[in-house]
Amino acid sequence: MSNEKEQNNTILDCRGLACPQPVILTKKALDQLPESLTVIVDNAAAKENVAKFATAGGYGVSIEETGGLYQVRLLAGTNVGRATASMTATELSATDERPVFLISKDTLGQGSDTLGAILIKSFFVSLLETNPLPKTIMLINSGVYLAVQESPVLSAMQELSGRGVNILVCGTCLDYFELKEKLAVGSVTNMYSILSELTGSRRAITL
Amino acid sequence: MGGKPLTAMNIVTFPVCRLDAEVLLAILSGGQQKIAEAGAVMVGGHTIDDDEPKYGLSVTGTVHPSKILTNAGAQIGDALILTKAIGTGVLYTALRMDLFADGVAAAAQSMAQLNKYAAEVMEKYTVHACTDITGFGLLGHAYEMSSASGVEMQIDSGEVPLLPDAAAAATMGLVPAGAYANREYLKMISFDSSVTVNIQDLLFDPQTSGGLLISLPSEQADSIVQAMKSAGAAATTCIGRVVKKGKGQINVK
Repeated sequence: MSNEKEQNNTILDCRGLACPQPVILTKKALDQLPESLTVIVDNAAAKENVAKFATAGGYGVSIEETGGLYQVRLLAGTNVGRATASMTATELSATDERPVFLISKDTLGQGSDTLGAILIKSFFVSLLETNPLPKTIMLINSGVYLAVQESPVLSAMQELSGRGVNILVCGTCLDYFELKEKLAVGSVTNMYSILSELTGSRRAITL
Repeated sequence: MGGKPLTAMNIVTFPVCRLDAEVLLAILSGGQQKIAEAGAVMVGGHTIDDDEPKYGLSVTGTVHPSKILTNAGAQIGDALILTKAIGTGVLYTALRMDLFADGVAAAAQSMAQLNKYAAEVMEKYTVHACTDITGFGLLGHAYEMSSASGVEMQIDSGEVPLLPDAAAAATMGLVPAGAYANREYLKMISFDSSVTVNIQDLLFDPQTSGGLLISLPSEQADSIVQAMKSAGAAATTCIGRVVKKGKGQINVK
């Protein structure tokens, strides 16, 4: 194992190490508060654990696989959990570069809903690859259909949620469509929270 | 399952130069206490110098041939009872990272609890099948039981008792390599979409000194759960049931 600095990116080489060693070394490396950290691992279990650990700590995570090696890149720019206790909520949201999405339909775009149903799937698959991942995805009106058991994008939603994206689903809308029992991902929210997210973000995107 | 231990031999590896002899003494006396509690006799053992301390026992006992409990007798309609909470593998990882002290303490306490008392309770019931939960995790050992019995099981993940902090530790990726190996092997197990990844990881988490998984007629479920709790197995819960004939398929909801 070596631990070298390249520009502002610390590289942690965990090749040949089995779990939980890579995640233990990742924790030690993150305790030094690097700008970014690339962890190199050679097995899927270590890749998953390092990604889970970083996500839980508020880091943005992107993973690149080449020839059985995984480069797990952790970005502190998206790290809310790492901010000091003295920072106020406003300062926190002002430094947060992660976008906030307000999705108001279960299809994407105007025109053909058949086409829109295809586009929304492609949207979520692509969203998983973006860096940083969104801070929050909010679902209103028929958008709430994206978070129920029959959702065509449920697995993407669940992965986003697992990677730290906050998924908020409009409670009034769930009631209207009688979908509350079927909610499969995210938490129920109200208009006040939705507005707070929108006005508190520098990068609010409405679809 | 169903036997009584008679003799036990220590098997120890220990880094003699690196760790204090007091540590070895504590391990051996802890083992000795549990052997005595189990009603067996310690008859010696083997010690080897090694980089990492390891401790185990080779135990010999007796069982009446008509009272042997295997994992092969689960019947359709049976309730599945688990006598200890799961998560010792994940919490052992947390210990190595100095995290989740409360959960680690609860895991140590759970691991130190003998299955002897639960086994004594079992004798009063019509137990069709029984196994203990160890390295293959809850789902691995449940699968051994369901495939050996030729049945299909349903497990309700919301009912499975979890050690404190275990779910949070799994979310943070403190998941042992063995849990991933178990998941990889147990591809025939299906999960409802509502079962989150951290809970799935715990269901695959390798257990040290885990509880018993018991299959018995569902009308005896409430009674055995109460009796287990009175006997000290406080976490005992009905976690699922045997649904129909099959090849070992398990559905987790």
